[in-house]
Amino acid sequence: MSEYNTLSRTEVSVGDKLPPVAIDITTGLVVCGALATRDFEPVHHDKSAAQATGLPDVFMNILTSQGLMTRYATDWSGPEAIVRSLDIRLGAPNIPGMVMTITGEVKAKDEQTGIVDIEVLGENNIWGMHMQGTVQLELPTEA
Amino acid sequence: MTPEEQQAFEEKIYAYVGRQVCPPTPARDDVNATMIRHWTEVMGDTNPAYTDAQWAASSRRGKTIAPPAMLYVWNQEGFAVTTGRSSDPQTDMVELFNEHGFTGVLGTNVKQEYFREVSPGDTVVIEMVIDQISERKATARGAGYFFETLATFTNQDGEKIGTQRFRVLKFIPQEQPAAAASEDKLEVPTRIASPRGHDNKWWWDACDEGKVLIQRCTNCQTLRHPPRPMCGECQSMEWDSIESGLDGEILSFTELHHPKIPGYPYPLVCAVIRLGEGTNLVANVVGCEPADIQIGMRVQGRVEQVDEKTMLPQFYPA
Repeated sequence: MSEYNTLSRTEVSVGDKLPPVAIDITTGLVVCGALATRDFEPVHHDKSAAQATGLPDVFMNILTSQGLMTRYATDWSGPEAIVRSLDIRLGAPNIPGMVMTITGEVKAKDEQTGIVDIEVLGENNIWGMHMQGTVQLELPTEA
Repeated sequence: MTPEEQQAFEEKIYAYVGRQVCPPTPARDDVNATMIRHWTEVMGDTNPAYTDAQWAASSRRGKTIAPPAMLYVWNQEGFAVTTGRSSDPQTDMVELFNEHGFTGVLGTNVKQEYFREVSPGDTVVIEMVIDQISERKATARGAGYFFETLATFTNQDGEKIGTQRFRVLKFIPQEQPAAAASEDKLEVPTRIASPRGHDNKWWWDACDEGKVLIQRCTNCQTLRHPPRPMCGECQSMEWDSIESGLDGEILSFTELHHPKIPGYPYPLVCAVIRLGEGTNLVANVVGCEPADIQIGMRVQGRVEQVDEKTMLPQFYPA
């Protein structure tokens, strides 16, 4: 479809690795991510509220982590893939100044439905695992 | 908490299992291009299925869709939460936990399933129940209970569009977190510092200068490593040292996968290396894929700076 290519189910195999992506965790990303997901909890935009919980700064809200995880999967697959599920386990907070590196690997593929399980790991450079889980994508048959 | 108190408390919290947090409630705003654009800009998501109407018109879907991960966004309470959430069975239950010392809160898992994509103009209707509360668990954070809410999402036609399971740990904090100071700075971690005591400081100091030394008994000339005060052969406590040429052979090795420790590069391979001088040294093998490493492989070491604070011998395939 025009300049946007989508992987078809025959082009993907178990064991395929997704290219790693490094994301700078900035105050802008944390605060604007919280607002874009309508999460107005003070710990995501008010540094003093976050510090009262023992963390040094505002921290990323879960809905932003979910957004970044699905974006990572569909950036790889292309826009005709259908996201079927997102299963995410949360680890250490993402705080401004950190860099989160996301990696992923195709762990399963259903030949009938074209649904692939992509195991995704997001680790920050200070505290380690921030998010870990599986994104299921339904890939199209040949275009 | 005595066993009787715990039982009384658990009777109260388990009464919340199955309680409806909210009846089917339509989002105040329909799915709309403005909120989608705001979201995609911040997430850096350039997927044309979300924002490129022209592309979407000629795609398999025929129209733009909302990002699936926005499923829960449409029904969020909004700015009012900055001054506290309004009362519902979930907030009441959380308050009950807090009153009994389970003040810690940690979102641990979210699972969303998507059955049907939604597009601008659709209405997302949410219904939520408290689905499960675990038995009391001992966790690394402290004693606590996991509770799980189940949200079901439907559209304006009553068709199911998705579900969300959200699991939260409510726990008794082992210690109250001290408020962080505003000048606290994040420090990029380095490797764990080598412990330097009376008997081994000299070895690490030499490593800092780029040399791997091997202790030698001056009485019987036996080499030994790691450093220690007495010769195992003749019990002499007199010693000097020689510098290793760092040529060696891998006796054994392991690859560390989990948990990943910040400050260490991965893949991370630790090996026991028999040095040409005859003593063994534990060190990293680098410069090749872990799959290519074998017992018996010849390696050559170099003392290198591996992070801002650390010098270590690193071994490469010879």
